[in-house]
Amino acid sequence: MSFLELVDLTKTYGDVAVVDGFNLSVEKGEFVSLLGPSGCGKTTTLQMIAGFVDATRGSISLGGRDITHAAPNTRGLGIVFQSYALFPHMTVWQNVSFGLEMRKLPVAERQQRVDAALGLVDLSPLAQRYPRELSGGQRQRVALARALVIEPPVLLLDEPLSNLDAKLREDMQFELRQIQRKVGTTTVMVTHDQTEALSISDRVVVMQRGRITQVDAPFALYEHPRTRFISHFVGKANLLPVAGSAGGLASIRPEKLRFVPRGAGQVDGEVQERFFLGSQWLYRVATPMGELVVVCPNDGTPALDEGSVSGVAWPADAMRPLAADANEADAGSPVRGAQA
Amino acid sequence: MSRNGPLALAFHSLVVAFMLAPLVVVCLVAFTPGNTLSLPTTELSLRWFRAVFAHPDFLQSFRNSLWLALAAASIATLLAVPAAMAITRHQFKGRDALNGLFLSPLIIPHLVLGVALLRMFAVLGASGSFGWLILGHVVVVTPYVLRLVIAAMVGFDRSAEQAALSLGASRFTVFRRITLPMILPGVTGGWLLAFINSFDEVTLSIFITSPATVTLPVRMYMYATESIDPLMAAVSALMVALTAAVMVLLDRLYGLDKVLVGERT
Amino acid sequence: MTAAAARRPALIGAPIWLSLPALLLFTGMVIVPLLMTAVLSFNVYDHATGVKAGEFTLAHYAKVFTDSYYLGIFWHTFWVSGLTTLICVAVGAPEAYVLSRMGSPWRAIFLLVVLAPLLVSVVVRAFGWSMLLGREGLVNQLLQLVGIGGLKLLYSDAAIVIALVHVMLPFMVIPVWTSLQKLDPAVTQAALSLQASQATTLRRIVLPQILPGVLSGSLIVFGLSASAFAIPGLLGGRRLKVVATVVYDEYLHELNWPLGAAIALTLLATNLLVMLSYNRVVEGSYRKRMG
Repeated sequence: MSFLELVDLTKTYGDVAVVDGFNLSVEKGEFVSLLGPSGCGKTTTLQMIAGFVDATRGSISLGGRDITHAAPNTRGLGIVFQSYALFPHMTVWQNVSFGLEMRKLPVAERQQRVDAALGLVDLSPLAQRYPRELSGGQRQRVALARALVIEPPVLLLDEPLSNLDAKLREDMQFELRQIQRKVGTTTVMVTHDQTEALSISDRVVVMQRGRITQVDAPFALYEHPRTRFISHFVGKANLLPVAGSAGGLASIRPEKLRFVPRGAGQVDGEVQERFFLGSQWLYRVATPMGELVVVCPNDGTPALDEGSVSGVAWPADAMRPLAADANEADAGSPVRGAQA
Repeated sequence: MSRNGPLALAFHSLVVAFMLAPLVVVCLVAFTPGNTLSLPTTELSLRWFRAVFAHPDFLQSFRNSLWLALAAASIATLLAVPAAMAITRHQFKGRDALNGLFLSPLIIPHLVLGVALLRMFAVLGASGSFGWLILGHVVVVTPYVLRLVIAAMVGFDRSAEQAALSLGASRFTVFRRITLPMILPGVTGGWLLAFINSFDEVTLSIFITSPATVTLPVRMYMYATESIDPLMAAVSALMVALTAAVMVLLDRLYGLDKVLVGERT
Repeated sequence: MTAAAARRPALIGAPIWLSLPALLLFTGMVIVPLLMTAVLSFNVYDHATGVKAGEFTLAHYAKVFTDSYYLGIFWHTFWVSGLTTLICVAVGAPEAYVLSRMGSPWRAIFLLVVLAPLLVSVVVRAFGWSMLLGREGLVNQLLQLVGIGGLKLLYSDAAIVIALVHVMLPFMVIPVWTSLQKLDPAVTQAALSLQASQATTLRRIVLPQILPGVLSGSLIVFGLSASAFAIPGLLGGRRLKVVATVVYDEYLHELNWPLGAAIALTLLATNLLVMLSYNRVVEGSYRKRMG
């Protein structure tokens, strides 16, 4: 019996199903991301788990208990909002202690637990500051501490890193994962950033138009995208026509392609453009099979010039046949991912 | 942004002088030692201020105005905060009509409202009642509170309330500990604005006050139609001082420019 | 979780309970009195016996719309209001523009200086003007220095208009200021980079965008001026009447309440008509043009 069980969770507004037959079982201690473009229903799903949106159909159970229609202030979940939602008129300390206050804990115990939570997110010296005096990254940590201090059964994160700038986001991704591993709280995160989802989750749930299109561990998801949309949304992909796949297409990742002498690979092509990305070179190569994107590590071998002609080769098993696109994806079966 | 040329600045100075002239004159003449309206050129005297405080009618009117404004502002705030919550938080048929009704005293001339209430009070036998006068003022100042509280609620990050709910707070606790503190500047700003508008109000009050409930502006109006002497100037100067005090408070608590212009400054 | 996407948890009670107290008060203190006054305006009035509550007539409205005395008063009120509005536009709009081009802190300071008189009672301001404009008042004293003297300024239309402009100017500055604040400075810069002169930029870029503000300011100023009581009362003297002072006379001196009611309601109707229809027509055309 898994810890958080969502069965046939559906939300309709009028005729429109914003979330349609969402099935997921989350194990205790797991870190699951809901990944998808805006409008795919991931945020609405999270809001239903939190209790701010009423499910039209389906059920949510937590540790065996049905919480589908429970009021949001009875579910005891820890939530980090996209805007952090800190109480502006309270200090950091008061913010973090609020949930414990609502549970009527005695002051001494609250003191101890708040101090521990602030230590966990590395904010102990700022306990008496107000949110407006903090940076974005610091506010995010306060929000995290506030959600964790109540020792919730599940932690919900709504695009927690989207308001941070790029460098900070990267650092926070790792910290977030570290903290989650340390505390061991079951976590569900919503994000539209696939790098984020891949780097810190145990499993990624890809959503499109209210439905789940694939659930897998990050490596499996990246290496074996099921549909054309997923192959583009998670990482970059070259699409090649191929017989024997339901959708008529196969994808291959740019880093699986390499440059070889002319005639020595599956195809020859002319470099149209090249981009330097720091750790990699990205090439757009025109070939008889269409335009291919090739990525090579910046390992010291000289980069190809624009206009030069080269052979392009790839291992045969690097081609991934794609299923037909989004709408035909599984809508009803409970999907349990393989732990790759 | 390019700056203003000398012509523009000259024009601007004239406008500023124009706006301040009557207020400055009133305050200066209040200090005149003489018997007629003249600027105090030889010395400053407090005799006319003393005369005000020795004038029982003015003192009584001042007390009336003060209590009236305190009551009207407080009642208006108590009504406007829940109304603002209803209007900003819920979708319901007739919401716009309700909002329009509550803001209507801004469009309905106080003259018209004054005679309408005069008639109703006469029919009800309520003429001269201080309580009914308060209610009249409440209606007139409610739009000011309502606008500010609505602005505070609209510009409000609702996820803070959701966060509080998720942490186990009851709905009432969320209102008391989260919502109210966050909209407090709007509420107190609204109260102050209501207070000063009630205190200043003359047109409506002329019709619905009685000799016992006469407010300060009405008393001043009646006095000014009879005679014009420095006593009026002293009372006026005191009113300007009171207004200035309220403005300082308003600025501290909310921001005077925001109150006068709206949130868009 | 952005609040926009979440269902708003109804926090305390349904909207009807929250707005009920205010609704009751406004019904009792605005709607009912206005309805009663409307009924009153149709009541028969007898000089000897007073208001005849059960009997109805159109005589009062007939008087308002046909009697030259009352028509004259309305006309007088409207042209005083119209003149006030024009002066407010001519002075208020440029002033708002000048203010918007100031640097801080002057901009904030002078904005307050121009707007703060709103919070001072109209009686005080009217009295201030009566001191300035009286025969021995400051303005005349200043004029005497220059050689002109003894102008009768008080108890004239000039005094009324001057004091009304003083009171109404903030109501013009605020909407124009707001319009100016919404202007994207980059748009003006774009025009200048395309080699438009300052004057042309003002005329063809800035002006059309602040016109809605000028329009709404004009409506507010006109409506408030037409129903003004204290200023015409104190500065117009007993001879110069406007609608508001005539209503006062009917109610408190003549005791002909039905006639007073008819005049008052006509004023209200005119106010509403001007605000609602002109607003809709003109702003509609602006919305079409500027999206």
